[in-house]
Amino acid sequence: MSQSHNHSPSSAYRAPLYFGAMAALIIAVGFIQSWNSALFILNMGLISAIMALGVNLQWGFAGLFNVGVMGFVALGGLAVVLVSTSPVGEAWQAGGPRVLFALMLGVGTIIGAILLWKKLAKGRIRALIVTAWIVAGFFLFRAVFDPAVAAIEAINPAISGNLGGLGLPVLIAWPVGGLFAAGAAWLVAKTALGLRSDYLAIATLGIAEIIIAVMKNEDWMGRGVKNVIGLPRPVPYEIDLQQSEWFIGMMQSIGADPVTASSIFVKLCYAGLFLAVILLLITAMQLALNSPWGRMMRAIRDNEVSSEAMGKDVTGRHLQIFVLGAAICGLAGAMMTTLDGQLTPASYQPLRFTFLVWVMVIVGGSGNNWGAVLGGLFIWFLWVEVEPIGRFLAQVLTSGLADDSGIKEVIMDRMVYIRPLTMGLVLLFVLRFNPRGLLPER
Amino acid sequence: MDILNALVAFANFVLVPGTAYGAQLALGALGVTLIYGILRFSNFAHGDTMAFGTMFTVLITTAMQSAGISFGPMPTALLALPFAILCTMALVLATDRAVYRFYRKVKAAPVMLVIVSMGVMFVMNGAVRMFVGTDDRRFADGERFIITARDFKSMTGLSEGLAIRTTQAITVLVAIIVVAALFWFLNRTRTGKSMRAYADNEDLALLSGINPERVVTITWLIVAALATIAGTLYGLDKSFKPFIYMQLLLPIFASAIVGGLGSPLGAIAGGFVIAFSEVTLTYAFKKVVTYLVPETWAPEGLVQLLSTDYKFAVSFAILIIVLLFKPTGLFKGKSV
Repeated sequence: MSQSHNHSPSSAYRAPLYFGAMAALIIAVGFIQSWNSALFILNMGLISAIMALGVNLQWGFAGLFNVGVMGFVALGGLAVVLVSTSPVGEAWQAGGPRVLFALMLGVGTIIGAILLWKKLAKGRIRALIVTAWIVAGFFLFRAVFDPAVAAIEAINPAISGNLGGLGLPVLIAWPVGGLFAAGAAWLVAKTALGLRSDYLAIATLGIAEIIIAVMKNEDWMGRGVKNVIGLPRPVPYEIDLQQSEWFIGMMQSIGADPVTASSIFVKLCYAGLFLAVILLLITAMQLALNSPWGRMMRAIRDNEVSSEAMGKDVTGRHLQIFVLGAAICGLAGAMMTTLDGQLTPASYQPLRFTFLVWVMVIVGGSGNNWGAVLGGLFIWFLWVEVEPIGRFLAQVLTSGLADDSGIKEVIMDRMVYIRPLTMGLVLLFVLRFNPRGLLPER
Repeated sequence: MDILNALVAFANFVLVPGTAYGAQLALGALGVTLIYGILRFSNFAHGDTMAFGTMFTVLITTAMQSAGISFGPMPTALLALPFAILCTMALVLATDRAVYRFYRKVKAAPVMLVIVSMGVMFVMNGAVRMFVGTDDRRFADGERFIITARDFKSMTGLSEGLAIRTTQAITVLVAIIVVAALFWFLNRTRTGKSMRAYADNEDLALLSGINPERVVTITWLIVAALATIAGTLYGLDKSFKPFIYMQLLLPIFASAIVGGLGSPLGAIAGGFVIAFSEVTLTYAFKKVVTYLVPETWAPEGLVQLLSTDYKFAVSFAILIIVLLFKPTGLFKGKSV
């Protein structure tokens, strides 16, 4: 951002050229490895692109530094479980209403504390009363909450042990995931916005860890580390396709193996859904960013002081864009969990879900939505492919050693970690030599 | 009512581990706060710098052990530590020359440096795991305990034991020595004073002829030493597991901010505030309460305020409270 490069007149062709190259890379994977892996890269790449769009909205258009992407993505995943799985009737009877009541008590305690703080006169007595109120509220909450949780988790722990969801179609979970993330983002932003940018970063880092901790430990909600598998799908199942007349007929007419074709067909359905979401999002974002609102956002990013002097509510606008960006990350999280068909809280790692998304945004070009999409696709491609490439290189380099030599085994074993190493190097090189990214903001 | 036993139980499970953990956090937070004060950015790579330093210690310790060098009842890692510090210093200086220096020259915004440090974090994280893998390594050797619970019981005749591990005592001792040396350096030496002058007012410091590059270099050297010591002490006390160090980033940052970013004294206070809150709020007080109340009142549950899995939530909650009510931290750190 500190440097500006003059781009050649060819910059108009830049975007189509890069997207063409990206498509060629994915097609090459299809020919060299398999179409299943190519479509896997494409689908997760599209989801990563949506995460990158969310972060780009916050960073590229408002200069907000969010390192809690992982938390918002995970909340989206939780939404899928809470919306689409079928409710566990017995568990609801055992403690459902009581848990809800306890949660209301908890929220009531916090709201009451805020009201007390505002209403009472300043001084030591106020601090004492509010502290006493919070402590009392905490113990009351635990007294109502703990037995209910124990009752719910005791019901059939091997297969459920949680309250289950609402049993609604899984596509409804996508916007709900966005709402969950938006709610969490609002809470963080309310406390940390308006302070130094580093503080927002630390606060988001913290909230992400807490969201993951809650998801791992509150078994009554999403089964915690026992995971939820077999989530409903918005697309047909492979096994149904393989048994349906029309699909077999269609595949025979083009001469494809129905088993492989069914899995490719399912992935293509997902790709279609994801593409539709991306196009919708980009259209909405481009319209918003070219409107007076978007110009105001950029003005605020480029000079907060003068925007404030013009009477713009900088903190208010920041709050708005932070919540919107987080909602997009939540949406992407819900889509990812739907694609995976399972929720595994232990699999959320900050390196993969927060910092990798940042690499996508910076490499793609912060402040450019198409850049974010390209960055999402390309960095995801690298993340997946760098390991086999590294393995191949290591194989060549160590070809002098016997296959069972200890050194070779260790090197092969450790090749997994070439991923973060490469990503870091890519990030550093792009920041240093091309800080505006592949597709710079105009 | 058995106040003495209750006190011993409290000391054994809260006071001693909390003090050791607090000392480790304080050393980590000192590194973060120094970088913040002099280079003016939040260094996200600090956790992984600690991991790197500890990795050097582990590797050198292993080499020493296989060469038959030992430190008697003390852990061999203490002998390896100075060498590990030198290695980390070289690494950190090389990183500064190759990466950070450019952004100082172009006077990049602090947030750019934060993003750059994210890249460094990625590289270091991958490199550590490529070098030593992700296994849990225990590298503490020598005498395990100064006082074991059983010795303590037979010595005092109490029914509760107080165990003090060698690593805990070493942690506290080393931390005291390091902090004393650091404060002596910052307050008494010319170089230390020039560092403080630079942190306070960059322009004025430049005007009076302080060489900024020299200040930055010395800061990195000190930070490398602090990170290696903090990481090694944490690893000795618990175990060396590369990804744990990245998770330490949150409590370390929380300590630095709670104390006031840029204030060394604050970092130490913050470290202990965070450590004791974490340990106290996640400790199951059943034993202590049982000693204190009449027998019929003995609690049925664990009397644990929060499950240990929520220890990050504790540092986070304290951080939020401080941000809301005293954004400059306990010891008036840098501006908000």
